[in-house]
Amino acid sequence: MSLDLLFQYLVAGITYGTIYAIVAIGFNIIYNTTGIINFAQGEFVMLGGMIGVTLHAFLPMPVAIAGAVVATMLVGALIEMLFIRWLRRPSVLRLIIITIGLSIAIRELALLLWGEGVRALPYFTGTAVTSLSVGDVHISPQVLWVLGISAVMVAALNFFFARTLLGRQMRACACNREAAQLCGISAKNMVTLSFVLSAGIGALAGCVISPITYVQYDSGSSLALKGFTVAILGGLGNSMAAVVAGLLLGTLESFSIWVMPAAYKDVIAISILLLILFVRPSGLFGNAEAARLKDY
Amino acid sequence: MKTSGIIATLVLSSLLGTGTTQAKGPTIKIGAIFSVTGPAANLGGPEARTLEMLVQDANKKGGIGGNQIELVLKDSGSSPEKAISFAKQLIEEDKVFAIIGPSTSGETLKIKGIAEEGKTILLSCAAAEAIVNPVASYVFKVAPNDSHAARRIFEQMKKMGISKIGLLSSNTGFGKAGKEQVEKAAPGFGIAIVANEVYEKEATDLTAVVTKLKAANLQAFINWSIEPAQAIVIKNARQVGLSVPIFQSHGFGNIQYAKAAGPAAEGVIFPASRLLVADSLPAGDKQKPVLLKYKQSYEARYHEDASTFGGHAHDALLLLGKAVEKAGGLDKEKVRAALEGLQGVVGTAGIFNFSAHDHGGLGMDAFEMQTVKNGKFVVYSDMAAKK
Repeated sequence: MSLDLLFQYLVAGITYGTIYAIVAIGFNIIYNTTGIINFAQGEFVMLGGMIGVTLHAFLPMPVAIAGAVVATMLVGALIEMLFIRWLRRPSVLRLIIITIGLSIAIRELALLLWGEGVRALPYFTGTAVTSLSVGDVHISPQVLWVLGISAVMVAALNFFFARTLLGRQMRACACNREAAQLCGISAKNMVTLSFVLSAGIGALAGCVISPITYVQYDSGSSLALKGFTVAILGGLGNSMAAVVAGLLLGTLESFSIWVMPAAYKDVIAISILLLILFVRPSGLFGNAEAARLKDY
Repeated sequence: MKTSGIIATLVLSSLLGTGTTQAKGPTIKIGAIFSVTGPAANLGGPEARTLEMLVQDANKKGGIGGNQIELVLKDSGSSPEKAISFAKQLIEEDKVFAIIGPSTSGETLKIKGIAEEGKTILLSCAAAEAIVNPVASYVFKVAPNDSHAARRIFEQMKKMGISKIGLLSSNTGFGKAGKEQVEKAAPGFGIAIVANEVYEKEATDLTAVVTKLKAANLQAFINWSIEPAQAIVIKNARQVGLSVPIFQSHGFGNIQYAKAAGPAAEGVIFPASRLLVADSLPAGDKQKPVLLKYKQSYEARYHEDASTFGGHAHDALLLLGKAVEKAGGLDKEKVRAALEGLQGVVGTAGIFNFSAHDHGGLGMDAFEMQTVKNGKFVVYSDMAAKK
C-alpha cells in the first residue's frame, strides 16, 4: 500500500474517531456526577442537530447552533427535574432504565415533530465536495471543525472540573454524595447541572457532525452505541481518554476495511470492547482502584 | 417493539385522518405494511401518505367498484420480523381483502409465503426480482425489477466506454438483491467488477470504503442502497478525490438525498421512473398525464416533493381498483385472476402488462436514465445531447 493511501485511511479513521469521541464526552459528564450512564445521550445529539437545522432556516448558523445548544440544555434540565430529581435513593439500575425509556420517548417525539426525513446543516467551511489536500491525501474541512471543537470542549471541561468551584462541587458529589452534602453542596443541583452540561455538549456535537453524518429522528441510538463503546474503552469519566480511545477505535475500524469487507467494521469495534472488558474493565486509561469505588 | 408500531399507526391515522370512512354499502378492507419509520423510512413515509390521500379521494368518489375502502395501515419500522407479524395479523385477524406493501424487498420476501398461504393478494412496493420469480399466484409487485435497473446501468456504461467498475452495496435486502443482479449481468456486458464492498446500513461515514475503491483504479462505480448512506458515499468519494462517474440504483429516486449531498450529487447517473422528470417529458408521452396528476396532488397536499416510492403505492391501489372493477365483485380468486390479466395499465412506474408468468408487469423501458443537475433530476440523454 502506498503512503498516500495509508494516510487516507488514517484520515478516515480520524473522522470516525472524532465523531465517536465527541459523543462519548457527554456520557462521561453525567457519569462523573451521578455514576450512571445516560442512555438518552444519543438523543441529545439528535435533538441538537434537529433543532440546529430547524433554526438555521431563519437564523445565521452560529446563532442557530447556540439556540440548539440552549434549547437542548433546557430539555436536559427538564428531564432531570421531572424524572430523576424527586426519586429517593434511586438505584443505578432504576436510573438506567429511566434513561432508556426517555430515549425512546424522545425518539418518537422527534418522529412526530420532524418526520422521517434526513436533514443536515450546511458544511461550516466550503461544501460537501470541498477537501483540503496534502499530496494525494484529502480531508474534509468539517472533520477539522469536529476535531477542533472536540479539543476546545475537552480543554474547557478539564478546566471547569479542575479549577472552578462549581466543577469541584460536581466532582465532590461524584466521589461521595453524603460527604459533599455535609459540606453544604446541593447534590441535587449538581445532578441537574450535569444533565444540562451533557445535553449542551451532545447538542453541540449533533450540530457539528450533522454535515458529515446527517441527522434523522433515530440517528441518536447508533451514535450513542459507538460513543458508549468509546467511553468504556477510554475509561468511564475521563474525557481526555475518550478522545484518545475514539481516535484509536476509529483508526482501527478504518484500517479493518483495508483487509476486510466494510460490513465487518462493527465486529471489530465490539470485539475490542469485549476484550477490554475482560482484560481491563476500567478502560485503557481508567484507574482500577477508582473504578471499584463507583456504584456502576 | 410491536406496540411502538401500533402507536405509530394510531398516531399516523389520527394525523392523516383515517378511520373516517363512512360505512355506506359494502366496504373493501385493504391492509398496508410500510416502513414509515426505520432505515427505509424514505420509502415507507411517502407510500403511507400517498395511500392515505388516494383512499380518501377514492372514497369521496364512491370507492373502488362501488365499495368504500377501509385502510388498515401498519408501520413495520423496516423490520422483516414486524412485517411478518403484521402480515399474519392483517390476514388472520383483520381479514383484509388485499395487502399493499411492504416497502422493502427483505420484508416482502419474508411474507411472500404468508400471503400465498393465506390466499390474500399482495401488491409489493419493493423491487427485488425474487418477489415474483418464482411466481406465487397471489403475490404481485409494482416496482420495477432490479435486474432491469442493472442492465440499464450497464447499457449506459457501454456507451461511455466503461469496462472496469467498483460495486458498493448496503447489507439490506435491497442492497443484497441488487448486488446479485449487478454481478450476474456484468459479464454479459463485458464489464469487470474489480472492487466489491458491502457496508452496514447505519453507516455515517464511508471515507475508508471509497479509499479502497480509489486504490482499485476503476473507471466508475455503482452504489446500491436506499439509506442515507447513498448520499454519504458520493460526498465521501468526491472528498477523497475519487472523480470517476458514479452510478446509483433506482433507490436514489428521492430528491431529498440529492439535496442532502448538495454539489456531490451533481452528475450522479441512475435509472428511475419518469415520475421524477414528469414536467420535462414530451407532450405526447403516455405516462405524462398520470404522472402529473399524482405529482401535483401529492405535492399540493403534503408540501414535499413526490418520490417514485409514493408512486408505487399509487400504482398498487390503481391496479387493485382496475382488477376489482374487471372482476365485478369482491371475490378474492376472481380479482386475483383479473389482476393477472390486466394489460396496458398506465401507472407512475411504467405501463403494466401482467400475465400468469409475469407478476411484475413492467419492462426495461420503465426506467429512464437520469442525472442530477443544479439540484434537480433531469433525463440523462437530454443532458448528453445538449453537450
